Amino acid sequence: MSLYVDIEKTYGDFALKVSFETEDEVFAILGASGCGKSLTLKCIAGIEKPDRGVIRLDGDVLFDSGRRTDVPAGKRRIGYLFQDHALFPTMTVFENILCGARDKTVAREYVRRFCLEGREGLYPAQLSGGQKQRTALARMLAAGPRYLLLDEPFSGMDGHLKLRLEQELLDAIESCGGRAVFVSHDREEVCRMTERIAVMDGGRIVEIRPKDELFSSPRTLAAIRLTGCENVSRVEKKDGRWYAPDWGMYLKAPSLTGEDAGRYRYAAVRAHDFVAETEPEGTGSEGTGPEENRIGCEILREISEPFYVTVCCRGRKVPGAKETVPEADFPGTGETVLTARFPRAEWEGLRARGIFTGGRLKLYIPEEKLILLER
Amino acid sequence: MDHTPLWISLKVAGCATVFTFFLGLFAARLVTGMKKGKGLLDGLFSLPMVLPPTVVGFFLLVLFGRNAAPGKFLERFGWSFLFTWQGAVLAAVAVSFPLMYRASRGALEQVEVSLLHAARTLGMSETEIFWRVQVPAARPGILAGTILSFARAMGEFGATIMVAGNIPGRTQTMSVAVYTAMQSGNRALAYRWAAVILAVSFLSVFLMNLALKPKKHDASKEEVR
Repeated sequence: MSLYVDIEKTYGDFALKVSFETEDEVFAILGASGCGKSLTLKCIAGIEKPDRGVIRLDGDVLFDSGRRTDVPAGKRRIGYLFQDHALFPTMTVFENILCGARDKTVAREYVRRFCLEGREGLYPAQLSGGQKQRTALARMLAAGPRYLLLDEPFSGMDGHLKLRLEQELLDAIESCGGRAVFVSHDREEVCRMTERIAVMDGGRIVEIRPKDELFSSPRTLAAIRLTGCENVSRVEKKDGRWYAPDWGMYLKAPSLTGEDAGRYRYAAVRAHDFVAETEPEGTGSEGTGPEENRIGCEILREISEPFYVTVCCRGRKVPGAKETVPEADFPGTGETVLTARFPRAEWEGLRARGIFTGGRLKLYIPEEKLILLER
Repeated sequence: MDHTPLWISLKVAGCATVFTFFLGLFAARLVTGMKKGKGLLDGLFSLPMVLPPTVVGFFLLVLFGRNAAPGKFLERFGWSFLFTWQGAVLAAVAVSFPLMYRASRGALEQVEVSLLHAARTLGMSETEIFWRVQVPAARPGILAGTILSFARAMGEFGATIMVAGNIPGRTQTMSVAVYTAMQSGNRALAYRWAAVILAVSFLSVFLMNLALKPKKHDASKEEVR
């Protein structure tokens, strides 16, 4: 028993329709900006009013359009951590915390707990990013919330500080029951902070999965994009085989042999799952036509990252292959850019072995790495 | 030189500013919080700014005259706005109100909405949010509006002369005194009053700039680690 949400709200063209239930956990909503994740939190907090639906916390009804119940925000005892912290700029750190605590002794205790001694008299504009977050956390927790809502608290922070603040935030959540809804567009942040993730797209939650499952086998297009997969193609039957028209490649995977394979509409592969292959000598030039899961590519760009090399390449016909994909099947050749990522050492090794001479590379997708999506 | 017009002007403008401050601020709060009918009310509140002051004065005269209900009501308590310094205050309030209203509305609308949301989730009451979060955050704009209203009240002529008249020692303010001096051909006196008005007006603008100077909490961009 924890938070139960089932609400609808229309905002001009935008329609929000979400329903989920959380346990005693940190629950994440992962979504691109404008997908309605912040609006969902605002409805839970009582800042925005849903058109229809029910919100319950531990069995207490906070909102029920049927029963005309709408507990005001101030009485819900739900803590809300804002994207920009929303510290009151004209109040000092201590006064800010006092707004939550309502009692000077309690406020002093929170100043101490969040290591803000000596900063009580400063204004928010004089604080560092970390001190701002600690002040916002102290203010929120000093009000004694029953549940926490975290609305992209780390957006716009740099990596090192972010990692430290995430851990501080997790400690703070732990100290007040370990229950929260965390909202973000950053897959890594969400992965570090939570165990269960809801993927939101266009005002709806499209899937709710344990994080390991979500990252290893997403089921929806929204999830695959949000989990950072750049390579997606439609799939269709062609000559009795599965074919990815956006890549110009025949596909083979265990799940494509089953009876219900027809439900799949998209195929995806993560950049780091590609295998670079030596140009086969003679093979594929006779017999069955282009091999499954293999594509000859033209390298468009090589991007050097600290530990990886990202290669953008365009599918092109495999030299020597008899039957090739008709050019017309590419919906504009520019669209079929594939992104592959190799560890630096591996890439240097490939280069040394002359695997991609002449700006060409042959990529192979291992069968088990091909991700198939129903929607 | 009789100094009473200066004191009357200061008294009238001072009283008028107090009333205008609260009326303008609450009108601004009302309109910023509205969802429907915002434009209509905004137009109504801004009207005295675009109307000739004599027309504003005329309406006040009609409203608080002996033949209208508000005038009759006040008369029962032996009170009248006509040809009294209180009448001059009324005229000044009516004319300066839109300035205060518009300045504070603009300032209140500029306040980050997440601050209000945060205050609500912390359990602060709406009154508390208004006085402790919104108004302090909108302080520069509200102050500017107040000083502007004071200056406007100080310089008020048309509505004042319609409602309060031009009674030396009782309702004759500085701006009316300039007019009277010119009418009676006393140029030297007119010059003197004009100089005083100039000084007071300059002081107002100077104070306004001082008030709008950034305070340490709203402008210090540098971050201290």
